[in-house]
Amino acid sequence: MKCKALINELEVYFDEDIDPALRAEIEEHIAKCKNCRVVVNTCKKTIEFFCNSDPAPLPEDTRHRLYQAIEKKLRQPRA
Amino acid sequence: MSSPKIDPIRRPILPSQVVKDDEPALVAAAKAGDISAFETLVGRYERKIFRLAQNITQNREDAEDAMQEAFLKAYEHLADFEGNSRFYTWLVRIAVNQALMKLRKRRPNVVSLDEEVDTGEDLIPREVEDWGPSPEERYEQSEMGEILSNAVADLDPTFRIVFQLRDIEELSTEETAEVLGLSVPAVKSRLLRARLKLRQKLNRFFRQEANS
Repeated sequence: MKCKALINELEVYFDEDIDPALRAEIEEHIAKCKNCRVVVNTCKKTIEFFCNSDPAPLPEDTRHRLYQAIEKKLRQPRA
Repeated sequence: MSSPKIDPIRRPILPSQVVKDDEPALVAAAKAGDISAFETLVGRYERKIFRLAQNITQNREDAEDAMQEAFLKAYEHLADFEGNSRFYTWLVRIAVNQALMKLRKRRPNVVSLDEEVDTGEDLIPREVEDWGPSPEERYEQSEMGEILSNAVADLDPTFRIVFQLRDIEELSTEETAEVLGLSVPAVKSRLLRARLKLRQKLNRFFRQEANS
């Protein structure tokens, strides 16, 4: 496996159901190639930063307007 | 030398991601006209739908409108929800459409999701520097939040939305393709580029030499 092929597989790297043969090829490559190892690790961290953040609560005024709009709509008979 | 292992992404179950067992019953009750059941569903997803709308529109007012319209539309079309997918995925599809309409209104020439992605570019990062074990510890939580949201905001909308749905909202590749009306390969190539571009943007803050 070459660096370019490895980068092109970056989309499936971290899936738990990645094909074991592909995983083995990737692991073999990154054992030898420092650049790719760093890219894989920092990419993984990047994804973790984002997926591990819970969304912030709604600002109070935004929330108030949302429920007002819902109340208004829900009082109308549904088509 | 033994091969380094690639562990799967660490995805702790966040409170916002727990699908509660009562969801099908709540959806059924809301369908039958139970307003409080619908409001319970709104309460469960309001934060995620607002973040989604904000990340797509990059405009607070548009995000608020898109979120409101998404919930109202969901209520209006509840009868069409057949339960073949998760309620949240169905809701996300509605919210993405509302948010995209706002974005296209504001930037009519910029947003075409199914535009060909240039695959000729060399995706291999040239200067690769490691980040060290816990680079996020160098920043306060609020600073960290700002770094992340600025990095996402900087992405091209088509990359941003695919990354948002796949990596933040954790929709599957197939679900993302369906929501955005893209092919599965198109989702994959956009996700790959989004991840690489984000990594590059964050590199500035997290590389070992930063702040030292």
